[in-house]
Amino acid sequence: MSVRLKEWVDIFALKELAAGMAVTLRYFFKPNITVQYPEERTPLSPRFRGEHALRRDEQGRELCVACKLCEAICPAQAIFITIDPASTAEKRLTKAYDIDNAKCIYCGFCQEACPVDAIVLGPNFEFYSETRDGLVYDKQKLLSNYDRWKVQIDANLAQDAPYR
Amino acid sequence: MNELHQFIQSHGLALLGPQWWPMAWTLLWTLIKIILLITPVMICVSYYTLAERKIIGAMQVRIGPNRAGFFGVLQPFADAIKLFCKETIIPQGSKKAVFFLAPSLTLVPALLMWAVVPFSPELILADVNVGILYVLSISSLGVYGVLMSGWSSNSRYAFLGSMRSAGQMISYEVAMGFTIIPVVMLSGSLSLKDIVASQQGVWNVIPLLPMFVIYFISVVAETNRSPFDLPEAEAELVAGYFTDYSAMSFGLFFLGEYANMILVSFLGSLMFLGGWLPPLGFLGFIPGIIWLSLKAGFLMFVFLWIRATFPRYRYDQLMRLGWKVFLPISLSWIFLTGLGLHLFGKV
Amino acid sequence: MVVDIIFYAFAAVTALSAVGVVSSRNQVHSVLFLILTFFSTAALFVLLEAEFLAALLVMVYMGAVAVLFLFVVMMLDMDATDLRQQAMNHLPTGILVGVVILVELVVVLSHAHSHGEHGAVATVSNTRAIGQTLYTQYLYPFELASLVLLVALVGAVVLTLRSRSKGAKRQNIGQQVARVSAETVQLVQRKSGEGA
Repeated sequence: MSVRLKEWVDIFALKELAAGMAVTLRYFFKPNITVQYPEERTPLSPRFRGEHALRRDEQGRELCVACKLCEAICPAQAIFITIDPASTAEKRLTKAYDIDNAKCIYCGFCQEACPVDAIVLGPNFEFYSETRDGLVYDKQKLLSNYDRWKVQIDANLAQDAPYR
Repeated sequence: MNELHQFIQSHGLALLGPQWWPMAWTLLWTLIKIILLITPVMICVSYYTLAERKIIGAMQVRIGPNRAGFFGVLQPFADAIKLFCKETIIPQGSKKAVFFLAPSLTLVPALLMWAVVPFSPELILADVNVGILYVLSISSLGVYGVLMSGWSSNSRYAFLGSMRSAGQMISYEVAMGFTIIPVVMLSGSLSLKDIVASQQGVWNVIPLLPMFVIYFISVVAETNRSPFDLPEAEAELVAGYFTDYSAMSFGLFFLGEYANMILVSFLGSLMFLGGWLPPLGFLGFIPGIIWLSLKAGFLMFVFLWIRATFPRYRYDQLMRLGWKVFLPISLSWIFLTGLGLHLFGKV
Repeated sequence: MVVDIIFYAFAAVTALSAVGVVSSRNQVHSVLFLILTFFSTAALFVLLEAEFLAALLVMVYMGAVAVLFLFVVMMLDMDATDLRQQAMNHLPTGILVGVVILVELVVVLSHAHSHGEHGAVATVSNTRAIGQTLYTQYLYPFELASLVLLVALVGAVVLTLRSRSKGAKRQNIGQQVARVSAETVQLVQRKSGEGA
């Protein structure tokens, strides 16, 4: 009986509503956690998978050996590689290396598959295109991405190297 | 100020002659008073929208708008410019005249009611001796804007939303009306000025606390605010009765809603929280209008507070709450108030 | 002077919107015109300094009755042309009713003019005056009217309240809120292979 009475009192005193409002009021005075994006940024993991880049070696030559492992493993079939007919047994070269970013799902399998760490997913996530064609990256674009993000990409790879 | 008045009077007299000038002056003076009342209200409305976004943001540990001007102070103007610049879309098969009449029919009653709100014993536009009845009757007109907008849009979502909203507004108007009756009984007057004056000793909120709570919950439902914002339940009805409205006709609905919220906050503080009376006698040196604004501001804050706290009601639960809970409680409280007045010999 | 202008403006709106009620093709527009008629009538009451009656007219007729009209008319899909033809059949009755009302009005107005009983109410506030006459002189008719309304209320409930079949489940919010886990959840230990 007394339990029932207590329930009634609680209901008519709007106890649970007051409890809920106490929670929101407590949060009202808490410091907010908003990150004001263009000025402030959240930290990125060294394993972050953003825009693609094709790496070069110290002399500025392409690392890619046109083994097509990335093309084979790509689950979205977003990579298209043509081998340069001028390739020799010592040095295989690509004639074209296209990635369709509209298809890419940023799984990072291409990076995992690459035997020479040529294709990598860089830290850049701020890229866009106003056309579908603009999202198809050719080799020039991928190489220039590396030139642009070289420092971060190499640092990230070095940081992640012990775990590979 | 006096010289300006003299100047206007003499020139007006010269211009229109003694036959027409007094009439023109009455009209002009009324118009000036209306503008002086409406302008602060509209500024309040625009900054209330900003306050809402800031306060709810803070309760959700966010910042809220802060890009337009320092602390987001220009945000209301940015919103207004956006709404004015947008294209007004007229849905196919809509009844045009009714479609455009509806938004103004929600805004105009909200502004009309401000005429009888006293801000201090002297500061009142129209001192009607049936102030509360006037407010109740004008507030019952708000439902037409909703019904007409829903019907004229020629859309199922809008129509369903307006039906729901109308049902909700009528139901909660009943509950709200019954919570006001004990206030009228205690003060023995329908004039808002006398009601405040009668709270000189003890505010109405103390003997009528349950009525105050019911009044507040009812006006939340009456103004279609969360957690009773079923008319615009976006999950089911897209946006309820203003689904098909765009640009400024959409903005008018918003202005009406916020003007209504501010108005019921003021009414609540006038009827239950002692209006412009200070909470303690020695605080009387602070002007009454500041006390009134503080009390109304607190109620306006609670509006936002409960919006940030509670989830939306289901429609049948809403109707049940109105008719089966609030109505019996307020009816019995009317009876108790009458009994109390009789026993303590106030009648 | 000003009052005259306002009176004629509102009277004109009243008359025109009343014409609109019967002449507009769309039923919803008819109801909206009816609401306009109510409102301008209320304005006329205000001009007579009967604010209480005006407020009641707006609150009861516009706030409740007309909303229900609007509800029903909006939901019904009526064919206007059909109704128009039927309306012609009702014309004689309509004219008869109109004539009766006209005669009554003329009689009442001429009566009022011959006796000239106005100006007496101005001494007391008219809300108080209405209350005093209603609760003293006309107490029994008033209570009788409220009783009739109560009967109508109960009648409406009786007519619409269907008792659902026995098996139907209803939500009882009080019970739901009062549920505690200790009463409703039972934890049992079952050994493997012995489960029922």
